[in-house]
Amino acid sequence: MRHLLSTQDLSREQAIELLDVAEDMAGVADREVKKLPTLRGKTVVNLFFEDSTRTRVSFEVAAKRLSADVINFSAKGSSVSKGESLKDTAQTLAAMGADAVVIRHADSGAPRVLADSGWIDAGIVNAGDGTHEHPTQALLDAFTIRRRLHGAASRGRGLDGVSVTIVGDILHSRVARSNIWLLTTLGAHVMLVAPATLLPVSTAGWPVTVGYDLDAAVDAGPDVVMMLRIQAERMSAAFFPNAREYSRQWGLDNERLGRLPATTMVMHPGPMNRGLEISAGAADSPRSTVLEQVANGVSIRMAVLYHLLSSGVRP
Amino acid sequence: MTARSVLQQADIARALTRISHEILESNRGSADLVLLGIPTRGVFLARRIGEILNTIDDAGSVGVGSLDVTMYRDDLAKNPTRAPSPTDIPAGGIDGKTVILVDDVLYSGRTIRAALDALSDLGRPRAVRLAALVDRGHRELPIRADFVGKNLPTSSDERINVRLREIDSGDDEVTIS
Repeated sequence: MRHLLSTQDLSREQAIELLDVAEDMAGVADREVKKLPTLRGKTVVNLFFEDSTRTRVSFEVAAKRLSADVINFSAKGSSVSKGESLKDTAQTLAAMGADAVVIRHADSGAPRVLADSGWIDAGIVNAGDGTHEHPTQALLDAFTIRRRLHGAASRGRGLDGVSVTIVGDILHSRVARSNIWLLTTLGAHVMLVAPATLLPVSTAGWPVTVGYDLDAAVDAGPDVVMMLRIQAERMSAAFFPNAREYSRQWGLDNERLGRLPATTMVMHPGPMNRGLEISAGAADSPRSTVLEQVANGVSIRMAVLYHLLSSGVRP
Repeated sequence: MTARSVLQQADIARALTRISHEILESNRGSADLVLLGIPTRGVFLARRIGEILNTIDDAGSVGVGSLDVTMYRDDLAKNPTRAPSPTDIPAGGIDGKTVILVDDVLYSGRTIRAALDALSDLGRPRAVRLAALVDRGHRELPIRADFVGKNLPTSSDERINVRLREIDSGDDEVTIS
């Protein structure tokens, strides 16, 4: 694996291998010395053109646990705010000897441009591009589901037969897109539930079923309910009348939580809008995996960086 | 080149029994012993030695685990990406214990160098010893085994192949080709 740009590129074997490596990486957090020497002397650049705390910090912790040097670069306070292009930024980083670039960008496809352009000879990790993909989030979601279901016997397994219902703003969600491809590759069934205004014009090419009624989806008793954040920064058009209306129709409140089977996991990629798409009761219940997702994010990102950087042999 | 068998099932069993006795002798019993096998085949050898130790010394409850060294190897950059194996340290940890590293073939010594680094990140054992089923020579580092099943003088273009019934089909065997 040279880059990680999209979960669509991952085969089932590759995906399971990444999850298995992440299992090994998870053990590092419990050790006396929380560090592996594996990527000593490698440089990882966090190139963030959009705001982020958890993803950036998660990548930073992951790289540091593998002994790589980390350079954080955010658009604010850099030459990008003076109008520097992506090409010049990339070439600058290349001249400084970056081995991997973790990029978040508001434009879909920016990581792909960086990977294919030849401006920089480094492994590219997509940390979220526009409304396109966020592959490491999907990997950590899959990892969290697998761990909850199979515990210590997770290694080597997919998610065959697991039913996952993704609820909320599918239209703008890169998390949803990455999850749809990855979870399907791993054998899960994905259902989307959203107001029609927050679904893409066509989901014909997607391996999913689509519903508009959260109550019906809850009563179907899925194994996993994944709530998406209502992204206030992207709510430019009138997608729904108002927040209370959305919350009543498509929010996971305490009453709907009570109707879910006791084994159903409640996931949220964060940051949560408590009281909007998810109630505090649901977010803090034992069924919620929100904090596990954050912890697992570090393990997954370690696995990804290990795959991209440990070998000097180009496949 | 055809493979020549150098150790058969019974030879391997005898070698492991002798190693177990030597471990008990040098440690004066099985107190505070932890056996850590190096994946893949070292793990199974460690489990077998652990079982023998527990039958010889019935008071004994020797901890057996595995120690993956992939992340500590010095040849990662020269090879395609390696999939790591699980590390499993017995409850009680390794602090103050006598750790016996178990591997199938001792060759350059680089794997053991990596294992020593990995150990030091996990704790501080009282002592670390090394048991190997086969020592084939050609060391590249100042490392030696404390307990050896068989010394096999080889040339560096020969291959030693250890087969164990836990993961390979058929009986236990060590061949040279």
